[in-house]
Amino acid sequence: MDSETFDLLRNTVRRFVEERLIPAEDQVEQDDAVPEAIVSEMREMGLFGLSVPEEYGGLGLSMAEEAGIIREITRASVSFRSVIGTTVGIGSQGIVIDGTEAQKREWLPRLAAGEVIASFALTEPEAGSDAGSLRTTAVLEGDRYRINGTKRYITNAPRATMFTLMARTDQGVKGSGGISAFIVPADTPGISLGAPDRKMGQRGAKTCDVIFDDVMIPAENIIGGTPGLGFKTAMKVLDRGRIHIAAVSLGMCDRLIEMSLRYAMERRQFGSPIADFQLVQGMLADCKVDQLTTEALMNATAARFDAGEKVSLDCSALKYYASEAVGRIADRAVQIHGGAGYMAEYKVERFYRDVRLLRIYEGTSQIQQTIIAKAMLRAAASA
Amino acid sequence: MKVLVPVKRVIDYNVKPRVKMDGTGVDLANVKMSMNPFDEIAVEEAIRLKEKGVATEIIAVSIGVQKAQETLRTALAMGADRAILVLTEDDAEPLAVAKILKGIVDEEQPGLVILGKQAIDDDSNQTGQMLAALLGRPQGTFASKVEVAGDTVTVTREVDGGLETVALKTPAIVTTDLRLNEPRYASLPNIMKAKSKPLANKTPADYGVDTAPRLKTLKVEEPAKRQAGVKVADVDELIGKLKVLGVVA
Ligand SMILES: Cc1cc2nc3c(=O)[nH]c(=O)nc-3n(C[C@H](O)[C@H](O)[C@H](O)COP(=O)(O)OP(=O)(O)OC[C@H]3O[C@@H](n4cnc5c(N)ncnc54)[C@H](O)[C@@H]3O)c2cc1C
Repeated sequence: MDSETFDLLRNTVRRFVEERLIPAEDQVEQDDAVPEAIVSEMREMGLFGLSVPEEYGGLGLSMAEEAGIIREITRASVSFRSVIGTTVGIGSQGIVIDGTEAQKREWLPRLAAGEVIASFALTEPEAGSDAGSLRTTAVLEGDRYRINGTKRYITNAPRATMFTLMARTDQGVKGSGGISAFIVPADTPGISLGAPDRKMGQRGAKTCDVIFDDVMIPAENIIGGTPGLGFKTAMKVLDRGRIHIAAVSLGMCDRLIEMSLRYAMERRQFGSPIADFQLVQGMLADCKVDQLTTEALMNATAARFDAGEKVSLDCSALKYYASEAVGRIADRAVQIHGGAGYMAEYKVERFYRDVRLLRIYEGTSQIQQTIIAKAMLRAAASA
Repeated sequence: MKVLVPVKRVIDYNVKPRVKMDGTGVDLANVKMSMNPFDEIAVEEAIRLKEKGVATEIIAVSIGVQKAQETLRTALAMGADRAILVLTEDDAEPLAVAKILKGIVDEEQPGLVILGKQAIDDDSNQTGQMLAALLGRPQGTFASKVEVAGDTVTVTREVDGGLETVALKTPAIVTTDLRLNEPRYASLPNIMKAKSKPLANKTPADYGVDTAPRLKTLKVEEPAKRQAGVKVADVDELIGKLKVLGVVA
């Protein structure tokens, strides 16, 4: 996309964030829900279509462009991002990356328009980091699969109209090779939802269990049509998702730094603004360094991803670094705010709770470390 | 009916302007620029007229530097059909702008020209009125409501004493006030499509207009810093203070 058009996109989103999302943040926190009016506005703006290719009715943004837009959106409460997050990211990308032409034509235009809200259902009560051990079963009966199992902590499940579901189609294969990815309409008989989870933060973003009880799904709903490739699809989806999470981290960094600077310049102690004290300056400077390094790593990784290079290691390194960096920044932001930073009246208190999730989902920090080190060792062994 | 909507690229309304060191004007280097908010209201009103089936085509025009093209793209993304950029490096003054707009009106024959009542950079509040005079056509300024029926435009105006309603015969000139409408956000797909909408490049010379400034700016300075206030306990103390200041007798 030419830079003039992209600037216009980004400025429009920035303005929407300033004028609509940021003023509604406290209400989202209080009600534990994103107002429907805002969800509609997000839909009208076309935000659900960021990552769907243009020929299927989306904007077809490159990864670098998507990251730029997500960074703007997450200057406002990250719960707003969650509304579109699973549809733009992990919930739709399986189809974009590995779907058959018929699947793309059936689902992508409706996903892009925000008519269909997608969720990504991988995690289970007994399968978190070790997703390859998942137990949800899909047993072929004629031309349909019978699906049974429970999925846990599924973001946007309460509003989802479609699940990208990972289930084991080959009971003989215990590891990831026996897993297939299904497109499952949420209104299929046999699907029920658990009670909404009560979370530490990200109020307004909804997760819950999704229970599959003898759910019958046509075999043609396997993404890409071939059984056994589901885990590969999920991992490809997560590569992209990890860059997306880094962009989320950066948007939150931007806002935390803005708030910290403003507070440090306004708050006076010992007869001067606390920003004059070198120890406070040290915290501000460390925030900036964390932000700049995350930005540099994100830009480089997104560019290589867009160029079609193999970047799984880089995506893990980026997600790991970005989520840890924003954790440090949120911690310093609370410190700079002093007692006020511990009070719900100040937004840094909410940010501090909200950023905590970024180190956990879409692969914990430890899992990213494991992926990075294993790739390093593999490369060294074959050198 | 065609509707012509002039839009100006101005310093963004969120930016705190800084005066240049030498006092010749406002420093615009690396400052965020956007469409004048009153012009956004004008574009929105034109789009609503089109949605009602009153307007058939919306033409956005901007007079300014090459970058004003971005402002036109915004108008196209919101819903204008095509755009005209009249390129000038001069800081075109209201009269020059009105003359160029007259040239465009003569060519395009719109039934309505909807302008912002003023631009937030110099707050002149002159262009619409000058254009109406140059064209010899009726004007409804400071509109808070616009209704079109046949060849009559009914404009509710915000005036000092309250609201005044005027009926104008088209072609007519309308300038927008803040409460006329709330402009929409351009949708992201429409922003992408805007780049394929037609945008014509013109110069003031095409309309026989010389945009060289006729006014001389002597000096631009920051408004005086506001002094800290004092709290008073009651009305008597207030009046006492005002007397000391010589504001009341
Ligand atoms: C708010 C929220 C939303 C979520 N949304 C979704 C969603 O939409 N879809 C979805 O499928 N999932 C979702 N998840 C699930 C999330 O991806 C998992 O929680 C995450 O992958 C971790 O799994 P777990 O909770 O089972 O932790 P565990 O895997 O039990 O990990 C516990 C601890 O052990 C460590 N650990 C585990 N294995 C290793 C190892 N091999 N080496 C070193 N350390 C290890 C972990 O790093 C962690 O510190 C969501 C989770 C939350 C909290």
